[in-house]
Amino acid sequence: MKAFAQLIKTIDSTNKTNKKVEALANYFSIAPEADKVWTIAILSHRRPPRPVNTTLLRTYASELANIPLWLFEESYHIVGDLAETIALVLPNVESSTNKQLADFCQDLLDLKPQSEATKKAYMIEHWTQMDYYERFVFNKLITGGFRIGVSQKLMTRALAKATDLDEDILAYKLMGNWDPAKITFEELILEENKADYLSKPYPFYLAYALEGDLMDLGNPADWSAEHKWDGIRSQVIVRENELFVWSRGEELVTDKYPEFQEFVGQLPNGTVLDGEILAYPNNEIGSFKDLQTRIGRKNVSKKLLEKTPVILKVYDLLELNNEDIRKKPLAWRRKELEKLYTELRNEVSVFHLSEEVKFEKWEELVEERKHARAIKSEGLMLKKKEAVYGVGRKKGDWWKWKSDPFSIDAVLTYAMRGHGRRSNLYTDYTFGLWDENKEELVTFAKAYSGLTDKEFKELDAWIKKNTLDRFGPVRSVTPHHVFEIAFEGIAESKRHKSGVATRFPRILRWRKDKKLEDANTLEDLKALIPK
Amino acid sequence: MKTPLLVFNDKGIYCEKADVYIDAWKPVDKVIITHGHADHSRWGHQRYITHHDNIPIIKHRLGDIEVVGVDYGETFSVNNVKFSLHPAGHIIGSSQVRVEHQGEVWVFTGDYKLDDDGVAKAYENVPCHTFITECTFGLPAFNWRPQAEVFEEINNWWLENQQEGRTSVLFGYSLGKAQRILKFLNPEIGKIYTHGAIENMTEVCRNLVDFPLTHKITRETTKKELLGNMVIAPPSAHGGTWIRKMTPYVTGSASGWMTFRGARRRRAIDQGFVLSDHCDWNQLLEAVKNTGCEKVICTHGYTDIFSKYLRSIGYDARTEKTQYEEVED
Repeated sequence: MKAFAQLIKTIDSTNKTNKKVEALANYFSIAPEADKVWTIAILSHRRPPRPVNTTLLRTYASELANIPLWLFEESYHIVGDLAETIALVLPNVESSTNKQLADFCQDLLDLKPQSEATKKAYMIEHWTQMDYYERFVFNKLITGGFRIGVSQKLMTRALAKATDLDEDILAYKLMGNWDPAKITFEELILEENKADYLSKPYPFYLAYALEGDLMDLGNPADWSAEHKWDGIRSQVIVRENELFVWSRGEELVTDKYPEFQEFVGQLPNGTVLDGEILAYPNNEIGSFKDLQTRIGRKNVSKKLLEKTPVILKVYDLLELNNEDIRKKPLAWRRKELEKLYTELRNEVSVFHLSEEVKFEKWEELVEERKHARAIKSEGLMLKKKEAVYGVGRKKGDWWKWKSDPFSIDAVLTYAMRGHGRRSNLYTDYTFGLWDENKEELVTFAKAYSGLTDKEFKELDAWIKKNTLDRFGPVRSVTPHHVFEIAFEGIAESKRHKSGVATRFPRILRWRKDKKLEDANTLEDLKALIPK
Repeated sequence: MKTPLLVFNDKGIYCEKADVYIDAWKPVDKVIITHGHADHSRWGHQRYITHHDNIPIIKHRLGDIEVVGVDYGETFSVNNVKFSLHPAGHIIGSSQVRVEHQGEVWVFTGDYKLDDDGVAKAYENVPCHTFITECTFGLPAFNWRPQAEVFEEINNWWLENQQEGRTSVLFGYSLGKAQRILKFLNPEIGKIYTHGAIENMTEVCRNLVDFPLTHKITRETTKKELLGNMVIAPPSAHGGTWIRKMTPYVTGSASGWMTFRGARRRRAIDQGFVLSDHCDWNQLLEAVKNTGCEKVICTHGYTDIFSKYLRSIGYDARTEKTQYEEVED
């Protein structure tokens, strides 16, 4: 654990990517085998399931620190991170632990089904044996979320450096289901294992948002355009008469979409499709809200299947006849995909093609994008015809060009302290819109992003001076500041007091030029709901 | 009910009986100043009273003011109210103010810490009935480590950066923190350079305390001569053009706020060193206990939380609004 804690500390104390990669690569060349596997697991979001819930952790920590629970809670709101708060309030000890990372991870797996008394004894025993930083890392293992600026891609790069293996091959090996408690480093990274490959998806290729002008992309003839569908990015795999559906979060979701079983027996074995799962009620594309009724369900009832069926809007073909074709140009893959689609469209009802938008001049795309929303698309995707299918997010060949967001002017009504790098600053805001009489502000959205650090600082100081009331960590503030709030989607909602739910609300700009009474009304917002 | 010995009005902490203010934030006739930080020693008062060692510091900041110096423990009376200054351990020349009238004693701490840092005169416990305390770091999340450990870390960091061919840029408040850092840097590692604001303030303090040799960074200072050496700069220098001259450099910050990972990341600092000139949680509790006081008034910092905790353990504690800011420490 010492080496792992040191690794996290080193990574955490630099803003430079190269230094992070170097520290990780060093660690991968010296750490014990089992620790390496767990490190890969943790940095690719496969930490052990949480063995002790946070309520219990808070109670144990405040008891051990000899402070009342309310004081622990106050501290937590200010520190903004539970693992860090616990590590900070516990009494300092001089000792340090000799256990390895893998031992701890195994402990946590074993601890999960144990009684509360056993959990408490375990936590207290280990908290009192670790120095501050080990304690912090240990707590992070339990609470999750190592936000230390190491993406899976960066970790893979370091691993490639340490093992001399190709980065893309490593990324592929790390995909899918593997159990860090059972697999060895040898098996995971070094060995060639054909059986594992049966269910494995390919790393998703991701697009950046288009910057600058469309014209800068060059000759329109080099580009292919299609609509950007608002569903769940997925790979559908058929190999040896078995279906595997992977979501972009590398989650195997085959069971959630039983209608995709239709692909088996129709798609040739050794086929991998890349596309978007979309809700398809009443034989037309539904909204993301419709799809949400399917996302959380493990057991899909017959009723739900009938009410909200899904389709796969396919835009790419990654494997054909057991052959990885990602290195072929998009135009070539597209042609093969269209062939497959033409052949199967009548046999497989869930198989839909994301059609190309034909265009000769960029201006035509500007027009096309304007009515994206009407066909439930989020905007346009632009892909270079000669581009290979890459790994992860890369600039240059794939761009997303979303429709301009909706926006509305709202009033800041409540504020809460932020987390992570915004700890101890009021950066989490609630916004309200006027009711019909312009007398009361009705809460409609929360937003956390969109201001510069300087603006956050200014607003934080203002909030502290203009607090009306406190409710635990939340402060209500004098209604005064108007902000333009942008959001991607809007729908009616019974769960919200305002009767409206918005997607991805964020602050577009601070409207210092606007007065309180200039803010929009709830009616203005409702008028934006697509009919 | 008789008027309390000290009240908080719109101008500062006021002793009506003696018509004297302490650390007033609006211009007044007569004021006792605890220490030289800008939020405690403001411009525009008629007559200043402060510790001898603080005089050159506030004169450097406020220019030619009318000021009377006193020693620690020296008593002066105004209209039967006895005043004396006692070491606060915060920065050079910092004091607590003791106020006594007809056997009743009040103490205002200004800013303070209990640990002896070897630069400021060490904190002295002053028994009192009412203790007016700051609580900048009044949360159980703040627990300072011994400064010897922190300075070992700082010196090791400097050495490592030097071995990697980088200049170390360490941020610290120009009055107080900068001199404390300077005092314990190991001059055998390399040369110590300073930002102009720090050089000037340190020059003022050199008459009171010995410090290692420093070199002020000027327009003529070259990148090459800075390489591998230490630069002490005020936090405001971060992100500006001034710092580009240090390239390739690594940044560090020495402050109590560095306790929080988020605070360090927000400021985009490579390395945080937890080093504060204020009390941590346990020091605050110890200070309150040692004075033997019954009443506590919390002035700035996490006042609500700290006073609530004090009430839960039996003190008559409350908060008062002041205009002392949460400084960068």
